[in-house]
Amino acid sequence: MTLFSRLLTAFGLVLALSLSAPMASAQVNPTESAVNEDALFQALGTAPVSGRVTIPDAKAGTLINTENKSWAALQGQTLHTLSIVAVVGMVAILALFYLLRGKIRIDSGFSGRTILRFNAIERFAHWTLASTFIILALTGLNLIIGKSVIAPIFGEAAFGTLTAWGKIAHNYLAWPFMVSLVLIVLLWVIHNVPDKLDLEWIKQGGGLFKKGVHPPARKFNAGQKLIFWSVVLGGAALSYTGVMLMFPGEAGTAADWQFYQTIHALVAAALSAIVIAHIYIGSVGMEGAFDAMGSGEVDENWAKEHHALWVEEVKSTQERNTKQVATPAE
Amino acid sequence: MARMKFLCDADRCIECQACVTACKNEHEVPWGINRRRVVTINDGLPGERSVSMACMHCDDAPCAAVCPVNCFYETADGVVLHNKDTCIGCGYCSYACPFGAPQFPQTANFGTRGKMDKCTYCSGGPEPDMSHAEYVKYGANRLAEGKLPLCAEMCSTKALLAGDGDIIADIYRERVVTRGYGSGAWGWRTAYGETVTV
Repeated sequence: MTLFSRLLTAFGLVLALSLSAPMASAQVNPTESAVNEDALFQALGTAPVSGRVTIPDAKAGTLINTENKSWAALQGQTLHTLSIVAVVGMVAILALFYLLRGKIRIDSGFSGRTILRFNAIERFAHWTLASTFIILALTGLNLIIGKSVIAPIFGEAAFGTLTAWGKIAHNYLAWPFMVSLVLIVLLWVIHNVPDKLDLEWIKQGGGLFKKGVHPPARKFNAGQKLIFWSVVLGGAALSYTGVMLMFPGEAGTAADWQFYQTIHALVAAALSAIVIAHIYIGSVGMEGAFDAMGSGEVDENWAKEHHALWVEEVKSTQERNTKQVATPAE
Repeated sequence: MARMKFLCDADRCIECQACVTACKNEHEVPWGINRRRVVTINDGLPGERSVSMACMHCDDAPCAAVCPVNCFYETADGVVLHNKDTCIGCGYCSYACPFGAPQFPQTANFGTRGKMDKCTYCSGGPEPDMSHAEYVKYGANRLAEGKLPLCAEMCSTKALLAGDGDIIADIYRERVVTRGYGSGAWGWRTAYGETVTV
């Protein structure tokens, strides 16, 4: 190494030191700008605190999400109470109605002649929908209120097993429910378009509250149309949100899933209450009503009282058909 | 009885992942399950901080509030544990937890969730302490052996503290006073409704 290069190196070192010394003293304390939980919460509001993780699951990067606690309170308390109120409330209303009005009889008694109201396909669709709905409703209700209603009776272990089976039933029976829901729409939507007659039916309270009052109706009266649309729209909402709950990857974020779960529980509670009323009026609440879905053949007097216009339609069609058979076209 | 808590001093955490590894090894945690993880906030920016997070064993745990089968219970030490025999793998707890603690192995058909798994504060489950059945389901029960959770015990910078909540809060407070700064007791406000103030 030459003298010149040595001098140059020494000069360079001195220069470097003289430059870096004041810089070091001016360097900021890195802890001053450090993230701070309190400040971060204030800046983010209710948005989650998140960062980077080294594991492949990017969702694990969410460090603290306080919003989850709001959903927990909603699910654990509000929906729990609402579900009980909906079901118990409807049963209480119906019990009161039964005490006041009693069983709605056929005013003119059984005629002994029957008329076909629902054919085999209609009854198959109805009962598939009905049986799956009842199991779905019970297993779903069990998920929300079972721990406070059923668990104390059966104990934790038996209740856990029951609920595990209930969850499997809920997940798998959802599919025949959805298929029969589509079938119901195809079969009955044409008879359930609202029209002027419905206003009259509603004005007269459907004849439900007064003996001998029977507003005219076609195949379905306004009350039945209400059940139909409740089941179809409610069922569609339950189906969509249910599929999202079953496939959380499709639902999107955790907040989206929580939204679907809340809608699912609310619609389920409302629809369960409506269906309880439907079951009541179709069985113990009204004489002759169950036959419509039982054998499919209803008594002619029942049909005349509750669906006068529909009976006329059926009769005239039958007449036309027999005439055509008696006098074939030439 | 002591009220057991975790406290991660983010100003000391060097994101070495030793707590994560210690936990996985101690409890033979299966693939895809992370009872503990390290999250780095403001990664690559000045003042970035890493926080080691697992189940915080909350007061009034939201997971327990939503569990349809009531499989959660709290021990005398304030540790939130659950019974895997009762768990139905519905996943509700994972949506209720603010810290992403509940984990689910994919065991059943179509990738459906198995029984939930989470940090036990190294204190097992409802089975008899230190039994084989307990180890298989929940991992080691160090608390029953008189030891603290391994993640905190192994922490090289003593960033992750475990033990009686009052004592670790005092330790943290002392650190903040001595060094003059502290990024906060991460998660405490959310888990216990109060944070460590200096």
